[in-house]
Order: sequence, then structure tokens, then C-alpha cells
Amino acid sequence: MQNIDLAIIGGGPAGLAAAVGAHTQGIRDIVIFERDSTPGGILNQCIHNGFGLHAFKEELTGPEYAERFIQQTKDLGIRIRLNTMVLSISPQREITAVNEQGVLHVQAKAIVLAMGCRERPRGALNIPGSRPAGIYTAGTAQRFVNLNGYLPGKEVVILGSGDIGLIMARRMTLEGVHVKAVVELMPYSNGLKRNIVQCLDDFGIPLLLSHTVTEIVGRRRLEGVKIAQVDADRRPVPETEQYIPCDTLLLSVGLLPENELSKSAGVQLSPITGGAVVNEQLETSAEGIFACGNVLHVHDLVDYVSEESLLAGRNAARYIQNALAETRRNIPILPRGGVRYTVPSMIDPRLMDPELVVRFRVDQVYRGYRVCVYLGDHLEYSRKARVLTPGEMESVTLTQAMFAKQETVPSVTVSVERAE
Amino acid sequence: MVYDVAIIGGGVIGCTIARELSRLKLKTVVLEKENDVASGSSKANSGIVHGGYDCTPGTLKARFNVEGNTMFDDLSQTLDFPFRRNGSMVLAFDQDEIQHLEKLLMQGIKNGVNNLEIINREAALRLEPNLSDEVAAALLIPSGGIVCPYEMTFAFAENAAENGVEFRLNFPAESVEKQAGFFSVAGPAGEVRARILINAAGLYADVINNMLSQSRFTITPRRGEYCLLDKTEGELVTHTLFQLPTKAGKGILVSPTVDGNLLLGPTSQDIGDKELKTTTREGLQAVLLAARRDVKSLPAGKIITSFAGLRAIDETGDFIIGRSPDVENLINVAGIASPGLTSAPAIAVHVAGLVRELTQAEPNPDFHPVRKAFPRFRHMSDEQRNRAIAKNPDYGYVVCRCEQVTKAEILAAMRGPIGVRDVDAIKRRTRAGMGRCQGGFCMTRVSEIIAQELGIPLNEVTKNGGGTNLLMDLNKQDLHEGE
Repeated sequence: MQNIDLAIIGGGPAGLAAAVGAHTQGIRDIVIFERDSTPGGILNQCIHNGFGLHAFKEELTGPEYAERFIQQTKDLGIRIRLNTMVLSISPQREITAVNEQGVLHVQAKAIVLAMGCRERPRGALNIPGSRPAGIYTAGTAQRFVNLNGYLPGKEVVILGSGDIGLIMARRMTLEGVHVKAVVELMPYSNGLKRNIVQCLDDFGIPLLLSHTVTEIVGRRRLEGVKIAQVDADRRPVPETEQYIPCDTLLLSVGLLPENELSKSAGVQLSPITGGAVVNEQLETSAEGIFACGNVLHVHDLVDYVSEESLLAGRNAARYIQNALAETRRNIPILPRGGVRYTVPSMIDPRLMDPELVVRFRVDQVYRGYRVCVYLGDHLEYSRKARVLTPGEMESVTLTQAMFAKQETVPSVTVSVERAE
Repeated sequence: MVYDVAIIGGGVIGCTIARELSRLKLKTVVLEKENDVASGSSKANSGIVHGGYDCTPGTLKARFNVEGNTMFDDLSQTLDFPFRRNGSMVLAFDQDEIQHLEKLLMQGIKNGVNNLEIINREAALRLEPNLSDEVAAALLIPSGGIVCPYEMTFAFAENAAENGVEFRLNFPAESVEKQAGFFSVAGPAGEVRARILINAAGLYADVINNMLSQSRFTITPRRGEYCLLDKTEGELVTHTLFQLPTKAGKGILVSPTVDGNLLLGPTSQDIGDKELKTTTREGLQAVLLAARRDVKSLPAGKIITSFAGLRAIDETGDFIIGRSPDVENLINVAGIASPGLTSAPAIAVHVAGLVRELTQAEPNPDFHPVRKAFPRFRHMSDEQRNRAIAKNPDYGYVVCRCEQVTKAEILAAMRGPIGVRDVDAIKRRTRAGMGRCQGGFCMTRVSEIIAQELGIPLNEVTKNGGGTNLLMDLNKQDLHEGE
């Protein structure tokens, strides 16, 4: 059994930033476990630009953005174990992993979970029809096109308007593929506004809102899909059904935090985010185990993943340095109105940094609303929001100063409310 | 050359017969139209080893079901395929149905099924705490079991191959003729001649028979739709739960699988098309509705895939097994719908007996009954993993993370006694791509391994044989062509 200070599970953007964060706080004995042959995670196949606008104030491609952090970890001498798959984590922070040398057991003082997320597959949607070749998640297609250099098809329909699907609509169009439509079940897109504009509108690709795929047709290779409009209860309206011939269907219907390992460690998960329930330290219900990035909750922008992960790494380091030893007094952070969840979902104001970013998503599109923060019953902060959509993560910042004004705060509430 | 025996159909029936025949000194060939064995009904069914309580006494189904059931403990050990005697239950929801359970119990006893018992609601709940509030009583069938139907078929096929049976994949039998002293089976892949022909062609058994015999029959495909749930739901029930059987079959069941998932289905619908393995909105809804009658809290959100299979139904409702009345040396094994999987090992012994009568063949002195599946990383202890990796580092490279399948297993499937080269065939042999992400992560990696192993470009890798290539052109193909 090897003993180390900090183990980071996953060498994507979250894991790399967490390592840097921990190093900044003075921890040196860090190992990143990465199952792929290179660090960088999913950024390696995201060859489009638009990364880093917040973090670096410049427009980078995915691999360029990853390279910034890879270089930093190299410069800091942080160890990365590549081609190494973590198989389980115990609540006592013992890690079992495997690579071509054999099975490893590592005991860590603290762990940062940074495994990212996976795409929701066709099966989860239960779309009726046949099971031919030509149906891929958008991310699989992205890997085929960008890393292997092959096109999955020539006539494409995309189900779901998640960001990867939108990016792939543009990417494949640039390769000469005919993207016939993006079909979205909801009355709004789940992608970023900028992606709708730059990936669909600019190329004249229709976005069919409140539509879904009702049947998959084709015995060996996909031959087409039937699509239909859906009613207010998201049920297909039979009279609106139409057939679109296509040889490829891409699915961009949601991302799911990949928390199988977290479960083995006994980490409590939120049914809403699919990620761990964390406090202001980004520490999970399992002591000394922290979480950040898409394994905690699905982000839109890697810049915020990095920001969150630097914090998680730093806090994990402080835990190792015994700086979080005080008994906690958790105050819940409650989502209300259209707010679906917050991360973190609890806070101990005595242990918080001077400022704490609380991230959240709303449950539908809101126009002309206000984002409000209550400490107890007291409205502490509010701002106007021109438009809030489920596809764009929002945040509010809590400060120590806010909490200093009240003797005891029973709870914090984040809500969206109609502007007067 | 002329083979002693040709078997048309590499499903569970063809493969169990092939293995049984490999005990004899015979030159046997299996002709399979698809790119792998177990590609038809044998890959898409409930995977249940039935007790035998619901077959009409005196039928072939009753006989072979009960005989076959008792063979599974030994066979699963000898041939190393997953099987568990988890027990079945038939649920009754009111007083009328409880009376019906008693009829089933009597019928089961008549068929020779042991240890049947009707238990009240409380007793049923002790065994299955998640039964719905409406369950009134249950018939308990301790001899019921579960098996992986395609892994079982692979086991028989591989052992048959190791004992000298030839397998010709991608060999559709488009024409079958009786010539002087032999049958000629021909198709685009060539011609095969054999003295004895065994028709185990599943849904197409009628087509094969009717090309040769005046004693015609018709096989009707009966479609069954299924939903498979995530392993997180695999312990919702431990027994296989049935409702009362109807004319259409044993109804929709709720069952754990040997791999730890939860299986719901099948529906039952006669259709005209022997290839129509499509699922329907109505069918999938019917599956969920029926399953929710049996158990509480069935989360539809945990469905990881849905699929349909076709059962081969003969109008008599029974199996057709035996020598053709008018064509010498033709043996039909047709209409093998449920409980066909359970019956397969017993049917095989019976059919091999018929062949022995016809040929007077001697025992094969080199017959080796034992087959070992390639070692599965997910079943190994740490020590076993270290040993496996020391011998073959590919055991340390996990390709499918949901099911923990390594590169070594994928290569073993490709290099096995019945080597395969397509993503779906590898999936069925290794489980790579069968987990909750359904290949989202590993499909690209499996494709890369296939291309590398076969020395072919990535766009020649197929999902499931000809016409199912995963990829089309290189990016900017037009530019490449200009080079």
C-alpha cells in the first residue's frame, strides 16, 4: 500500500486545476490518476475555439486550454499516472486502480473527485424502432471526426440541442455533411445562446423546438427518422409526424455526472444534479473527499470548471494541513422558485472564504426576473436578469460581510422572482 | 467433400446439437447466415430456464422443458456459462387467479416439475419485499433459473468447434436440394454438401423445410419487446416474476439477469415479417405497465436499452422435432419458441440420438466436454488480476469502464474458437458497450482495437457485418481523392 497526501481522480480540466490549487496551498505529494494515455480529458477532442474567454481573456481551442494546465502541472512537478483506471474508492480513501503494471492500492489523506460526466445514450430515451448502425452520441461522433479523422455519415439529424450536438452540427457542416435539423424536445434549447447563433443560425440549420424523434427506421444502416411535434406534456402529436431520410442520428440529450466511484466511497449524491452534495469547501459527505467539475454538476464553460476545481484542490490541501478541523455548523442553501439546485448546498460562514461563488441553474426560461438571495427571511442581495435559461449556469456570490450583519442565519435561499 | 451432417442455423438449437454431435465420429458443419452464432431469437429472449409448469402435459414442450431444466447445473459448470437457479414465481392478483394457480400447480406436477408450492401474500413478500400491494398469492417454482442465452450458445458453439465441428458464418442457405445421396445447400457464400440435414433455421425453418418436403409448415414470427434496466435496479427482485399465462404465452415478466440487470418483457404480437425486430411506443409502454403491476417503484429513468426479439411459432403450438415424413435424412427442429432455450440441451441429446440411428456413428474418442470461457477481468480478485496482467498487459487496459472489460478480453473474443470481428459480436462476448453508457465511451476504442487487430482502416469496422459500417469517409474525402 502506497501512502500519499492527495489523490485526484481524473486528469481532465477539473483534475488538472485541482492539482494546481492544492499545490498553491503547499501540498506537494499529489498524484493524478488518468485512464487515458494523455491528460486533458474531453478537451482533447474539442478542437473548436471559445475556451478561456473568462479564465484567460482570450479565445483558445480545447487542446490549447488543456495545454495551459498540463504545462502548469508539469512545471510544478505534479505526478500524473496515465493509462490508469481507478476501480474503486473506499470511504476511508483507499484507492484501487489498475494499469498495465498491475493493480495498485493507494491510501490518500484526501481525494478530489474529478471524473467528469458521460452522455445520455439512446437506450435511456427508449426511442422506438430498429437498432441500425448510424446512431451515435454527439461526443462519440466528435471523437471519430476530430481524433480519428472519419465522418460517421453524410445526412445527419441531431436529437437534442445540448452544446456538443450544436458544436457537431457546425463541425460536420464544415466537413461537407448535410445537417438536416436539430430536434429539441423542450420549448427552449439546452445549449448556450452563442452556440445556437454560431453553430446553427450562421449555417442555416433549422432548430425544431418542441419536437422529438418518434421512430428510428432502417435495418442495417439508419435510413431515416420520424419526428413529431410534442404537446405541453411532451407527448408526440401524431398528426404532426414527418419522415426525414438520414444516414446518421446524433444524440445530444444530456450529460450525466459519472459518479460510480463516488458511490463506492459512500458519497451522498443529489438526485437533481446527479453529483455529490457538497459544502462550501466542495467537500462531500465522505470526510476528506472533495468534488469539482462535471462530476459535481454539469457545467457549460470549462473556465468555471477550472475556477471551481482550483478551489476544491486548495480546500483539499487545507484539509490535509488540518485547517478544516473545526466542528461544522451547516446552514442549508435552499433553491426556491425556479432555481433547481445550488452548488454548494450548505455553508458554514465561519469556514468560508471572504467570497463564495454559489452556482445554480433554473428550471425554465425566465425573462425580466430577478435573482435574489435571502439570509433567513432577509433579502440580502438581488440583481435583474434580462433572461435566465436552463442551458446557462448562473451564479451569485456570498460574502463573509453578508453573514457578519446577522447574529444567526438559519438558512440561505437563492430564488428567481418576477421583477416588479 | 460431403459432410456427414449439415446444420442450418447457428442459434442455441443448432449449436447445442452441434456440440452433441461432436461426441460422435462425424464430419459436421453449422451454416449460419449472420456474422455470428446466436444472432436471431437466441440473442433476444428472456433468458429464463423455465420450470415446466405451464406446458400442456404430453407435448414435446412439456417433455423437453422438464428434461432440459435438470441439465443446466452440470452444463453451466462443464461449459462455463453463467446460470443461476433463482426460482420463479407466478403471481396471482385475486381469488380467481389463485384458483388458476392451483391448476398450474397440478399441471406442473403432471409434467414432473418438483417442489412446486403455492404461497400466500405474506410468504411471497418475505421472499420478494418489493412485490406490489395487489399481489395476493404466488406459485413458487424453485427449479426456475436464469441464463445468458447468447453466452450459453457461444459455450456450446465453442466446445463444438474445439471438438471438430466446422462453423461457416455469413452463409445464408438460399437454396436447398436433395440430390443422389446428399443435400446440397447453396448461397452466395458457396455450396455445402451433406448426407444428413438438420433444419434448425429458427424463423426460417419453414422456408428450408418447404424447399424439400411436401409436408409443409409455417413459422410465424411473434415479436416480444423488452426493456433492460441499469444494474442499480438488479436487486429489485431475486426471483423471476410471471403473471398468469395466456394463449399468447407466459406474459410479461420481471427478472434479474445473470449479469445483474433487471429485465422487463416481452410483449407478444404475431407479425408477418421475419426481420422486424423494431420496438414500438405502445409495446414499450405495455411492458412498463405490466411490470408495474408486479412490483412497486419501477423507475423508468433507469432503462438503459430496449430491444425486440422474434419467437418462432408453429401453428400447432408445439415444437416440431424429428425426421421428415417424406424426405429421407432430413431432421426438422422447428417451432422452437419458449421454452426452447430451456429445452435446447435435451432436444440436442434427442436429435443426436436420431443421427446416431441414421449413421451408426462411433463415439469420437477425442471428444473433450470441457470448455473454458476466457477469463473476465470483472470477476477476478486482485491477485488474479495481477497474475493475468503479468502474463498479458492487455488485462491492465480497461476499455469499457461501465462493465470493466479489458483489451485482452476483446482480443480473446476476436481470436476465439469462433472468432468475431464486429462491434456488436464483441459486445455480446465481452459486455463491452452493454453498460449504462451503452458504448458512448468504449465504442470508439473497441473500433480502434478491431481495426488494429485486423489491419483494416477504421471505416471498414462494422457494427454488425456487411452494410453496418460505423463510419463512412475520411474527413474531406474529396481532397484525399485529389491527392
